[in-house]
Amino acid sequence: MSTTGSTASPPAEDLFGCLTPVSDETRSRLHEKLVEAAAREGVLDVAYRLLDSPLGPLLLASTDAGLVRVAFARQGHDEVLQTLAAMISPRVLEAPGRLDPVARELGEYFEGRRAAFDVPLDLRLARGFRRDVLRHLSDIAYGTTASYASVASAAGHPRAARAVGSACRTNPLPLVVPCHRVLRSDGRVGEYVGGTDAKRALLRLEGAVAGAP
Amino acid sequence: MASIPFEKIVTEHGATVLRVCRVVLGPADAEDAWSETFLSALRAYPGLRPGSNVEAWLVTIAKHKAIDQHRQRQRAPVPMETLPQMRNPPLEEESEAAADGLWEALRRLPLRQREAIAYHYLGGLPYADVARLLGNSEPAARRAAADGVKKLRATYRGVL
Repeated sequence: MSTTGSTASPPAEDLFGCLTPVSDETRSRLHEKLVEAAAREGVLDVAYRLLDSPLGPLLLASTDAGLVRVAFARQGHDEVLQTLAAMISPRVLEAPGRLDPVARELGEYFEGRRAAFDVPLDLRLARGFRRDVLRHLSDIAYGTTASYASVASAAGHPRAARAVGSACRTNPLPLVVPCHRVLRSDGRVGEYVGGTDAKRALLRLEGAVAGAP
Repeated sequence: MASIPFEKIVTEHGATVLRVCRVVLGPADAEDAWSETFLSALRAYPGLRPGSNVEAWLVTIAKHKAIDQHRQRQRAPVPMETLPQMRNPPLEEESEAAADGLWEALRRLPLRQREAIAYHYLGGLPYADVARLLGNSEPAARRAAADGVKKLRATYRGVL
């Protein structure tokens, strides 16, 4: 038994063209409802949003425990989200509301109206010595700087300056955990996950000595 | 473990799943079915095997949610005063008035034909998978979709 007539008529797909447009408004309404339901049911494991900043768009991500990731555009936001999905949970949704407090604090920081961040932090993406280093970075006050070697000493491993450098390079929470305040012993600014220009800009913003080029 | 962020799954497949739900349930009930589908998918997502056909997986979940909803709606007595509103749900703004006639024609199809059309033409499933969802054979699924499309063409000749 064959179905006839289908070659003479337009394909059935065309039949449904006028039924099926999905507007942006519908998409965002459904998305918002999904985020709410996911949060209510405890299956929103990673929430994220983008934030415009003087240093370009920032990706902010949080878990139930707190802010878990801040990333510059040059780090590749898609790749960062994939890493979060692989390392924490693939239940990742864009949920700007969850990140409002840190977005507000970062806004104030960039306007020079905030020197420290109050949001809870989730340091699970840093392990072992690197995590110890991140804890000590928060002791470097706004407007001051420290050397990689002195941070190593503070973390109890005076000869581990190089490891401090790698902890800064892999800092999952730049800006909020201030790795930009760590400079080379010779006074040069050294590397930064957001780029050396960004590091200089932050040190200028904080009124710290920007060091030699 | 799947390592594609679920957000990406919503972006890529959200519209398809909504279309499937609309054709099975009509536009008014489609959004609830969509929400249940994606919430359920989000819950199960960490256990999804890598390399799975995500769209087919979502359409399968949507089928179960849509049928649940369809049954609920048939069981629940509908208060008279809300009936007209439910029968004439608000359409997407950009949907042409022309779509009205097609919705009406779709609504008159037997559920099975509507489902076959939704899963195959909107959900992109091959008839073998449609048959699995409908619990019938591949030729039967193919026939259900063909019969449905034929009826739609007959009642909706104006647009075709």
